[in-house]
Amino acid sequence: MALRRFDIEAGGDSFAFKPETEDKIAFWRAKYPADRQRSAVIPLLWLAQKDNNGWLSEPAMREVADRLEMPYIRVYEVATFYTMFRMQPVGKFHIQLCGTTPCMLRGSESLRDVCKKEIGPAMYVTDDKRLSWEEVECLGACVNAPMAQINDDYFEDLTADSFSKILSKLKNGADVQPGPQIDRINSGPEGGTTVLTEPHLFDGSRNEVSVLPNLPSAEPEADSEGSKALPKEDAPTNTKRETPEAKPGTKTTLLPKKGDED
Amino acid sequence: MSDTFKLNIDGQDIEVPKHYTLMQACEEAGAEIPRFCYHERLSVAGNCRMCLVEWEGAPKPIASCAQTVGDMRPNRDGSAPNVRTKGDYVQKARNGVMEFLLINHPLDCPICDQGGECDLQDQAMAYGRGGSRYDENKRAVDDKYMGPLVKTIMTRCIQCTRCVRFIAEVAGVEEIGMISRGENAEITTYLEKSLTSELSGNVIDLCPVGALTSKPYAFNARPWELRKTASIDVMDAMGASIRVDAKGDGVMRILPETNEEVNEEWISDKSRFVWDGLARQRLDKPYVRVNGKLVPATWGEAFAAAKDALSVSSDKIGVVAGDLIEVEQAKAALDLFRSMGVQNTDCRPAGATYGTDGVRERYILNPTLMGVEEADALLLIGANPRAEASVWNARIRKSWLWGELKVGVIGEAADLTYDYDHLGTGGDALANVASSDFFKVLKDAKRPMVVVGEAALCRADGQAVLEAALKLAQDVGAVEDDWAGFGVLHNAAGRVGALDVGFVPGEGGKATGEILGGGMETLVLLGADEVDLSGIGSSKVIYVGSHGDAGASRADIILPCATYTEMDATYANTEGRVQMTTRAVQPKGEAREGWAIFRALSQVVGKTLPYDTADALRAGLRGPEGESTVFSGLGFAPGTSGVSALQAAPTGSAGALSADAFKPAIDDFYLTNPIARASKTMAECSALSTALDTPVAAE
Amino acid sequence: MLLDKDRIFTNLYGLHSPSLEAAKKRGAWHLTREMLAMGPDWICDQIKASGLRGRGGAGFPTGLKWTFMPKEVRERPHYLVVNGDESEPGTCKDREIMRHDPHLFIEGCMVASRAMRAHKCYVYLRGEYIAERHAMELAIKEAYEAKLIGQDNDNGWDFDIYVHHGAGAYICGEETALLESLEGKKGQPRMKPPFPANAGLYGCPTTVNNVESIAVAPTILRRGAEWFAGFGRPNNAGTKLFCISGHVNKPCNVEEEMSITFRELIETHCGGIRGGWDNLKAVIPGGSSVPMVPAEQIMDAYMDFDTLRDLKSGLGTAAVIVMDKDTDLIKAIARLAYFYKHESCGQCTPCREGTGWMWRVMERMVKGEAEHDEIDTLLDVTKQVEGHTICALGDAAAWPIQGLIRHFRPEIEARINEYRLPRAMVQGAVIAAE
Repeated sequence: MALRRFDIEAGGDSFAFKPETEDKIAFWRAKYPADRQRSAVIPLLWLAQKDNNGWLSEPAMREVADRLEMPYIRVYEVATFYTMFRMQPVGKFHIQLCGTTPCMLRGSESLRDVCKKEIGPAMYVTDDKRLSWEEVECLGACVNAPMAQINDDYFEDLTADSFSKILSKLKNGADVQPGPQIDRINSGPEGGTTVLTEPHLFDGSRNEVSVLPNLPSAEPEADSEGSKALPKEDAPTNTKRETPEAKPGTKTTLLPKKGDED
Repeated sequence: MSDTFKLNIDGQDIEVPKHYTLMQACEEAGAEIPRFCYHERLSVAGNCRMCLVEWEGAPKPIASCAQTVGDMRPNRDGSAPNVRTKGDYVQKARNGVMEFLLINHPLDCPICDQGGECDLQDQAMAYGRGGSRYDENKRAVDDKYMGPLVKTIMTRCIQCTRCVRFIAEVAGVEEIGMISRGENAEITTYLEKSLTSELSGNVIDLCPVGALTSKPYAFNARPWELRKTASIDVMDAMGASIRVDAKGDGVMRILPETNEEVNEEWISDKSRFVWDGLARQRLDKPYVRVNGKLVPATWGEAFAAAKDALSVSSDKIGVVAGDLIEVEQAKAALDLFRSMGVQNTDCRPAGATYGTDGVRERYILNPTLMGVEEADALLLIGANPRAEASVWNARIRKSWLWGELKVGVIGEAADLTYDYDHLGTGGDALANVASSDFFKVLKDAKRPMVVVGEAALCRADGQAVLEAALKLAQDVGAVEDDWAGFGVLHNAAGRVGALDVGFVPGEGGKATGEILGGGMETLVLLGADEVDLSGIGSSKVIYVGSHGDAGASRADIILPCATYTEMDATYANTEGRVQMTTRAVQPKGEAREGWAIFRALSQVVGKTLPYDTADALRAGLRGPEGESTVFSGLGFAPGTSGVSALQAAPTGSAGALSADAFKPAIDDFYLTNPIARASKTMAECSALSTALDTPVAAE
Repeated sequence: MLLDKDRIFTNLYGLHSPSLEAAKKRGAWHLTREMLAMGPDWICDQIKASGLRGRGGAGFPTGLKWTFMPKEVRERPHYLVVNGDESEPGTCKDREIMRHDPHLFIEGCMVASRAMRAHKCYVYLRGEYIAERHAMELAIKEAYEAKLIGQDNDNGWDFDIYVHHGAGAYICGEETALLESLEGKKGQPRMKPPFPANAGLYGCPTTVNNVESIAVAPTILRRGAEWFAGFGRPNNAGTKLFCISGHVNKPCNVEEEMSITFRELIETHCGGIRGGWDNLKAVIPGGSSVPMVPAEQIMDAYMDFDTLRDLKSGLGTAAVIVMDKDTDLIKAIARLAYFYKHESCGQCTPCREGTGWMWRVMERMVKGEAEHDEIDTLLDVTKQVEGHTICALGDAAAWPIQGLIRHFRPEIEARINEYRLPRAMVQGAVIAAE
């Protein structure tokens, strides 16, 4: 990530939340204990960015700091740490193009070319102030790659062609439809799904069971802790279960993880 | 459950308290652990990863600074866990971290002020590779403005965040942060505003590399060419331990020395950066006023003129000692003038009434500076420790932040970097203190502390303030046999020592306010520049001091004097702790040590003092062998030893308290004495802080 | 193939309404009161018996984790914090739960909170998930109005749930960084110990769980631990959401049985590998942080924790990134190296400095502009990062590169040779470089 600095000039001297934002501020602040209001800093910065044409100016940041009674430097740290806070002006429609490997494998580079051609270099705002773009890291819609987020919405399963069309619609003020741009529903497979078709999943018949299983009284062998962990003979499985092959010498001790203990 | 934990470190069995970090345990076992981010007086960050050690059985190396011993587990067989601080595994881990620290660190050691005293340099010798494997471009980081004291070369920064933590935790102002993230993370103040903390210079010492260095010292000297002299600071009444680094005749910089009981390891910016004032505006030869103009003179001529000026009736002579006076000078001057029959002597500011009853405990900080860490309630009366004793203020903050301390204030509602109950601004608040909520806090406290600022004792109702405060201390149980919770906070380094030698009006003598109120034929000012000279009329003035300041400009005779870096001199700090400075450089020009000036003058006026050396003078102060006086020992504070003197009921004859607001003792933190006023650096800081204080600029 | 009747996430694709009414018909909020009434020990025992392992990547047994919370609530309240900061490249499953089946998830939050004696729960969504956040807020509002949650609700356990969001920082998926972020600070991981169960959010006992781990809990309790344990091989129990992206014919999310083979997973749900099975080159089976597995090893491997671990990779979040033979693997990994450089929080040395170094070397290797011995240097650098950092991001940055070198070293070498061939070299240096 590049250096992130406030565009002091474009930020002007003052900022005020829109009157209708006050309710939202109150909504967010109410979520945190009274002595932990600092927790609201990210949501409030986000609201400030929304009220400031999509970017966070220095006066806007100070407004948030003052409201939460936080030292400016602490809020400044937060604002520069999180990449969704944009510290320079952006277009009316700001495009965050995902460029990480899953999207790259499915053609995000061609979308980047489209952005460069249709808009200009990253973070450049078009003369009509309508468009700007930047490449961002994985947006978490990888099975719908390649994709881009435009303001609040995800546009998925893009091609250079469909993406250019969206950009030109945005440029011309025409409506665009978020979501997958090909024949699929959300993250289901293209062309329709073969699973989740049984009607009884959706008609309430799952609620016919009236007692929880494994209640202490309903389970005679409750004393044996271990037995519960073993699958029953008639467990509803479709995979052939085999004993794992022993592969001496290939054991690793650390489990791969995304930093998450879960 | 036991409070200790057994470990085996490098094959050696050791048992340490459970709250120890593994790093402390390793050091206890004699192992040396390299570190950058860890600092014992700051919170643990664990980010530099240099202190990695091997814990047998753990999947990866352990950051020893962050591992509490009590959280470790014994081995499966119950034996003590084995920790290794040496060996290939640990060496490889540290080599790796060192390599990472160096890949983006510039190779500018030859032009770096940290060179020669750089943690990174030192540790690179032990853990660095022979050559670099990093073929990419090094990162460059823009330097940041942090004010007139701290110079930044941010490309050198290794992001240890010691400065961030110091400023937030110790100095108590959240002004430095690490912005952005990853390899773009940078240390900065908010939009590169100047640091406002009066302790900001300490980040220079804390910075393990040359990212934060001293701006005034920049490119002036190399550490190995400096003469280092351990000494005592006189910028306030704390008497912080310092090290004076000198080259040739000049003091090049001043650094703190660790003194757990006084300044821990911090000093204020004034103490640290005042040194350029030692070389400027100096009185380096005697002067005598001839035809209205001061002209240089020899010592002989000056003494002759002084003798002449002192040949008046002794009740027409007044002697006022200033804030920086050392004990030796005070003693010699007092001995001389008393022998001449002069009773008009005083070392206190105008209006002061305290310190004349001979009870030392009534003018020193009995609970001691360190005592505030034990205290659980503190009432400050007319005192602003942040301005008057900045480093102690950080200690109060520490006790408030990490301990149980609650603070109440009567007086100016200043930003002290901690929360406090503001009971009121004037004497009425003190008079009614028993009905305040904070009275209950004091009363319930195990170790309550009542501290009066010296300025509060220099008001017309000073005696009443003193008695009221003492009575309050007694009422809340602050003066018990094992706890002397009453004290006075001074802000002048020389005051307590001068009081200790009895530099107060003699039999029938006048005090500072009257001496300076006119009517004296001859005034002797011992570095007294903080006093109001507007009322002295046509008195002849003999000024004994080091700097061309207020006193010197009014003087008729100037006798130039050495400063605290130029002599071995005794000071007693606000706690009554007697300490000595050490000569680091020769006195400027013809300047002489203060006591020696009076010894010489005594001969000229025919009242030769009975000591020929400073040692002989000090021996006299110490008193005969086997007898204990204030000066018989060095370096310790009396603390509770005199608590019984505080337990006597106040006489109640002191009069009424005035409702007037207590005024701050210090207008401008950076310009409190002649040395500071001569310093360009201090002038710059002062200008900056004044600009910040101006309401227009603030909002 | 998992049968529809055994699917937990019956509205995975959003074919039906996420509303409370529809969710109830799909089985959510059924018998919740009874579950809560059974108390923490029963819930934890059931989850333990089900064999559920955390779905956020590390695969730690969920029921066991819940028991780490103090047995008694003292002056500090307990918190459940749910990690919906789904940012691991390749992973997009929690998104579907939150936007299409929020009620199942909220119910899970309540059950899990009961298990850890918490009355308050924060759900941390990544900032970009704006639609998902709105769906959650709407569902929470519905649940409050229906008195399913809140104070004095009909389910008998006081429970408040709040949605919080981030603003673009992968590192906030690390549980302690997430807590820092939730406290209004930079998302820099904390050192452990203390573990969150002891001192987490606001210094209070806290458990951080992945969205999927929480969302499956009520269904496990309703259908029985042994039902869930019946799927997958021992120690790898249950059903799991797989996110298959990259070079398959029809990328999609799908809930499948653990230990399904890679081949069956792709054939059944994704229409096969692009260009056929012979065209498969390598697979990153568990999100970008796990090392890749070459085609011949992955094709018939079970998709579960133990098998993939034995293949020196991992199931991670079950985000399967498929790469066919047209893929420039060096470039694919270089892009991930850039990702980790971009997302390093900058707190600790090896990660802050090492991720940038690794990325820069990788970029040169994409072009072949490197020395042969730099491959070993790079490998050594990854080892210097791995295991030396405060959190696991350092490991995650190191492993993809290690996986590449382990399996495709010849490809890197060939690239270097290719680069050097047309250039005259003297002692390894290019002369007259253009």
